[in-house]
Amino acid sequence: MADTEKNEKAMEPAADATPNVTEVETVDAATEDEAVAAIEAKVDRGEPILQVRNLVKHFPLTQGILFKRQIGAVKAVDGISFDLYQGETLGIVGESGCGKSTVAKLLMTLETATAGEVFYKGQDITRLSGRALRAVRRNIQMVFQDPYTSLNPRMTVGDIIGEPFEIHPEVAPKGDRRRKVQELLDVVGLNPEYINRYPHQFSGGQRQRIGIARGLALNPEIIICDEPVSALDVSVQAQVINLMEGLQDEFNLSYIFIAHDLSIVRHISDRVGVMYLGKMAEIGSDTEIYDHPTHPYTQALLSAVPVPDPESREGRERIILTGDVPSPANPPSGCRFRTRCWKAQDKCAKEVPLLAIPERFAGTDSPAAHESACHFAEEKDVVHA
Amino acid sequence: MTTIEKTADGAVREGAGDDGTPLLEVRDLHVEFHTRDGVAKAVNGVNYSVRAGETLAVLGESGSGKSVTAQAIMGILDMPPGKIPQGQILFRGEDMLTMAAEERRKIRGRKIAMIFQDALSALNPVLSVGYQLGEMFRVHQGLSKKEAKAKAIELMDRVRIPAARERVSDYPHQFSGGMRQRIMIAMAMALEPDLIIADEPTTALDVTVQAQVMDLLAELQREYHMGLILITHDLGVVADVADKIAVMYAGRIVETAPVHELYKRPAHPYTRGLLDSIPRLDRKGQELYAIKGLPPNLLKIPSGCAFNPRCPKAEDICRTDVPALVPVTEQDGTELPGRGSACHFWKETLHG
Repeated sequence: MADTEKNEKAMEPAADATPNVTEVETVDAATEDEAVAAIEAKVDRGEPILQVRNLVKHFPLTQGILFKRQIGAVKAVDGISFDLYQGETLGIVGESGCGKSTVAKLLMTLETATAGEVFYKGQDITRLSGRALRAVRRNIQMVFQDPYTSLNPRMTVGDIIGEPFEIHPEVAPKGDRRRKVQELLDVVGLNPEYINRYPHQFSGGQRQRIGIARGLALNPEIIICDEPVSALDVSVQAQVINLMEGLQDEFNLSYIFIAHDLSIVRHISDRVGVMYLGKMAEIGSDTEIYDHPTHPYTQALLSAVPVPDPESREGRERIILTGDVPSPANPPSGCRFRTRCWKAQDKCAKEVPLLAIPERFAGTDSPAAHESACHFAEEKDVVHA
Repeated sequence: MTTIEKTADGAVREGAGDDGTPLLEVRDLHVEFHTRDGVAKAVNGVNYSVRAGETLAVLGESGSGKSVTAQAIMGILDMPPGKIPQGQILFRGEDMLTMAAEERRKIRGRKIAMIFQDALSALNPVLSVGYQLGEMFRVHQGLSKKEAKAKAIELMDRVRIPAARERVSDYPHQFSGGMRQRIMIAMAMALEPDLIIADEPTTALDVTVQAQVMDLLAELQREYHMGLILITHDLGVVADVADKIAVMYAGRIVETAPVHELYKRPAHPYTRGLLDSIPRLDRKGQELYAIKGLPPNLLKIPSGCAFNPRCPKAEDICRTDVPALVPVTEQDGTELPGRGSACHFWKETLHG
């Protein structure tokens, strides 16, 4: 027991990596009732609904069978902070292994954070338990990547979509559930008569609609979408994206949209965060990130995306990164991107760059003045070059 | 170090056919699978050809028959349940389907090689990559184990795997996704084939790694003047590397065109739908164009044009008559070389 405590201390993260995020207005709830009341309260459009502060998740690496010793940690998420505002879509992009799915699991409280806080309406959900936690979980739902494995093949569609009501019976009384499920099927564009069918009777796009219906069942306020369309065919992706946008307006949802397809993220997102190896490299509005990126990683990522226009292939400037993402168990010192960065200097190996508005742009109203974690941030338009 | 480069001019890629006969020609190929539920017609009369140094992109969704065609060319189709009732696959003018198995075996790997989508499942997990690369030389050229290993190291160097000498005895799981795909490419390149079929070579990779791998593939193709069949569903990748494109839907080619033409003026409603459903800057905040409906079930392909239930232009003739892939012309009748469309209303689609 004492051992694990020590380990947790050893994994304590460095000081605040994002100095200029807004203060969180916490709500002091002495009792569970007060906490639940705070969670049930409405948030106005454009106000922060979810605030993440220095969130850290380290997965311990152990050695030995009987006497497990910790020999290190996979630093999947290493101190990220951002806000999600009511009614907006925050896109999170990054390569595989950068920690975007771990962030999703942390926000869903499917994983316990090693350190840091996630405030949902002023309540730190990493510390909640019991009724208050259940109320939070009702309001934050998830749509998974793979519609082939995220639906239980032995359950009918009605059981799958209705299962959340078993856990949260206050949303729909027992006699009302079937009607509710049929309503949901209708909302996501499936025939309500399909309620007794099994998942294998549906195509990929239809299955993803079932997944979305399940996510909507409890009238959540936030839906976390982890690569919701990447397993789908091109012609079906557009259908699902349109559905999700329509639902956002209809039910006043806030989305966290995790994907690696940058053009789809741009289409659906109001703001975009770029992650690299457990850290946020750059965050800003969609035009700030796509048209005025200042972090070299964002620039490389954007320029690597193949443009569906053969006219642009001649003479387009492309930044081709060498090598792979380093192991998160042993990330580079200082700036994590420095091993693949063409601008890297000695300073980058020593100092961790903070996610802040770069000094040279601070105070200007240039679109380059958004938060970027680079010592040598400068604007470079790679999409139109 | 990271490189910042301008992509090469298109001129390099143009150096296509040396003589008249194409490297590979597929003629009226049919493939069907006999299953318990009936006969699934995966490929229904596909025609295409590739010349040396040329890149043909086969574009289509899952179930359109693009991979099955490739497997039929390679001769790695599971038969049964697969069956090729008719068609020809000509490699340098010789029909591979009527060839003796032993002769075909000589072509496979040596003349035509394939790169698979998922490198982790395509490589054998219990053999070292050096052994698997060397196998090409041992089997086809009868080299000794030692010589084959030296060749394997050379190959790994050529696809720029760092520290090839030290890593040659490593196993596939010890490599990252991009490196594994490089090993797949090295394996396909081993005997310097004339034609490479790449089945979704970068779908499982991240964009930054995808750019590396596509670059490597293009470079090797230029160096050896190989033909390349690139099978993909990614319109971005196609625009970057292809010379000509064949769009497949429900086992048929619905449109063929040189790459610039296709993106500028599609002549089939399906192609147009695919291009329109790409998110574009100027349409942010609006609804994406979506092709309605779902790809058809291959057990019961709709009568007439297979795309008719999803097509915005469909009329009665589309439900009864199967449109043939016909050459497409300008409004005044001038020919558009290399272009074809399998739509009754291609004129309206192209010029309308």
